[in-house]
Amino acid sequence: MIAVGETAPDFTLRNQDGERVSLSDFRGRKLLLVFYPQDFSPVCSDQLSVYQEVKPEIAARGAEMVGISVDHQHAHKAFQEKLGIDIPLLADFEPKGEVARAYGAYVEERGHANRSLVLIDEEGTVEWVHESPPLEVPGANLIFDALASVAA
Amino acid sequence: MPPPGPEDHVRGEGESLIVYADLGCPRCAAAWAEIAARPGRLVFRHFPVASRHPRSPALHAAAEAAGVQGRFFEMVDSLYVDRGTVDDPHLWQRAERLGIDLERFEADRRSATVAARVRRDFESGIRAGVTSTPAVFQGVPVVRHT
Repeated sequence: MIAVGETAPDFTLRNQDGERVSLSDFRGRKLLLVFYPQDFSPVCSDQLSVYQEVKPEIAARGAEMVGISVDHQHAHKAFQEKLGIDIPLLADFEPKGEVARAYGAYVEERGHANRSLVLIDEEGTVEWVHESPPLEVPGANLIFDALASVAA
Repeated sequence: MPPPGPEDHVRGEGESLIVYADLGCPRCAAAWAEIAARPGRLVFRHFPVASRHPRSPALHAAAEAAGVQGRFFEMVDSLYVDRGTVDDPHLWQRAERLGIDLERFEADRRSATVAARVRRDFESGIRAGVTSTPAVFQGVPVVRHT
């Protein structure tokens, strides 16, 4: 897993609408990367649904949030619609898992990202990371604690 | 997570069982009979996930408004037993069946006080790390406020 203080590797991925999104687009703002295993899995659905509910509070603390998984943009679109969320979902699809690998969040034997959170500061430096044990979902409280700690 | 307090919705006596639940959530409805039958003191906390269940905020407000007239758990039980009829006219029918004053119910379920009460529970659930419902916490020490 990438370490706090490292420069966050830049990336360009397509979002659920096929638009290209780069890390550098967020320069000057904080960005929370939410790596998750798979669209439509029950656990990922719960996680993203709850994060959607606190998206305004996260934004109020100066951070934007994107989800990243190895699923294709079309799957992301359907997943977004199914959950009723508008958190942008980025497709780490081809080469598969390349961005997750760059952040040390890829699990080779499973073929998808581990559930991980990476908070990147306004200058593109990693400020906080959290890697979850399998099937454990990081509560949104961890995000708020992280945002409070980096603001302190 | 805040321990059970005087403003919580509680039913029964004994060891506390704190449940963060979404009234629009089918998993909660499926589990409700079993949760409600457990021995101890059931503490219900609102955790509506509106993006997933768009009707949930209205249902939580209805339960809270029923609670103003002392019918909180009766409304919760009713909403979980029959999930198919939850539009406004159905909520009025449920309220009438429970002997609730409809005019007051209508005002309360749209009030800022009720919305804030629901939100307070939701935020305490977020702080407790709730990421799915029903989230059940057993054996939480009871703090008695006098």
